[in-house]
Amino acid sequence: MNATVPSNARVIPCLDVDAGRVVKGVNFVDLTDAGDPVELAARYDQQGADEVVFLDITASSDRRETTLELVHRTAEEVFIPFTIGGGIRTVDDARRLLRAGADKVSVNTAAVNRPELVAEIADEFGSQCAVASIDARRTNGGSFPFEIFTHGGRTPAGIDAIAYAIRVTELGAGEILLTSMDRDGTRDGFDLELTRAVVEVTNVPVIASGGVGTLDHLVEGVVEGRADAVLAASIFHFGEHTVAEAKSHMAAAGIPIRPADA
Amino acid sequence: MTRPLIAVLDYGIGNLRSAQKSLERMGADARLTADAGLIAGAAGVVLPGVGAFGPCMAALCDTGLDKQARAAAADGRPFLGICIGLQLLYERSEEAPGTSGLGILPGTVALLPGNVKRPQMQWNRLEVRTPGPMLEGLDGAWVYFVHSYAAPMADNVVAVCDYGGPVAGVVAAGNVWATQFHPEKSARPGLRLLENFVNQARTAAVGA
Repeated sequence: MNATVPSNARVIPCLDVDAGRVVKGVNFVDLTDAGDPVELAARYDQQGADEVVFLDITASSDRRETTLELVHRTAEEVFIPFTIGGGIRTVDDARRLLRAGADKVSVNTAAVNRPELVAEIADEFGSQCAVASIDARRTNGGSFPFEIFTHGGRTPAGIDAIAYAIRVTELGAGEILLTSMDRDGTRDGFDLELTRAVVEVTNVPVIASGGVGTLDHLVEGVVEGRADAVLAASIFHFGEHTVAEAKSHMAAAGIPIRPADA
Repeated sequence: MTRPLIAVLDYGIGNLRSAQKSLERMGADARLTADAGLIAGAAGVVLPGVGAFGPCMAALCDTGLDKQARAAAADGRPFLGICIGLQLLYERSEEAPGTSGLGILPGTVALLPGNVKRPQMQWNRLEVRTPGPMLEGLDGAWVYFVHSYAAPMADNVVAVCDYGGPVAGVVAAGNVWATQFHPEKSARPGLRLLENFVNQARTAAVGA
């Protein structure tokens, strides 16, 4: 909130993973296995992605093993930072994933229920690996403008998203992954008011997420939303745009960013 | 070519495995280890790390790796600190005022100034100030930083990035090098730096 030096923007493809497989079909013609999250992440690394996020939605009881296996393999093939989120409830969960090679862990529902989890992870492993994931919706006239939702955006938590962003930052979150559940899947662009509202109350990097349908939306997220990073899924997965195209487009709009071919 | 044995010091905190894997990719026989014998026989030693100065220093001391690190740095073998592994080389840090660092390099690690977001969590461009074999191919390269504290600016700072002013990116003192950024997370340029280090270790092993 006091920062005067802008960050170099980051472009972050997000992969939804279920039982070690990419959930939505991915449309790269030349992949040997389009469902393999590791191969996809390596491809995004080659395209110039600045980071990769895996959102693990595995519900089965063997979740822990499949997720660790995914992290393990990613650490061998991907040489940019990667975050894993989904189902992390304890410091031990975080420790296993970081030991296996993840750079950051993103906590959502468990931290909304018990925000001290953010502090426990930050104190033990450092703020740089403690990502607070916030899924928020507009209340449209409630007592606060944006409300937290948990359990993959299905369950209203009755918590003010802006107040929660302040709280998790104070507890040591090193980054906020902010998803508009109103926009998620719509391809109508980020909720820029939500993004800006969170950026204004915190001094840690904010990743805007939810709603990207065009490359201009990525520009808006940084210029109007003032996000430090932009996350997108479908525009990259379905081959509409490469990460390199996204970065060229953002650079042409005057956004400082690592060139894809650097 | 030989695969020089590189000991990646395993003090048990955070993601240390990526450093080992990327060194392997660049031609090293890299072992994540706390074994004194293995470390003593390694051609090169890497002190990797993510996390906070206090807990990391405590973990180094608990495992006896503080002594191993000092010994390796002192006996002239190629030594590479990464991120918090750079900061631990100094005498102290504002992050943990009561904690002594390894003291291999003089000075105090300080909090980044208030006019920038902390942590610096971004890719940033390296500007090489003092070229050398470790920095071949790195001038102008984009590398990944994530840190809130930084090494003191001094003559041993051989590459910087600009983050509200020059910030130490790489320090060098004889056989000791350290990067504030994460080479194992910096795509091609990062792997290049690790390759340069593996080459240093290979050369040192042949000369030994």
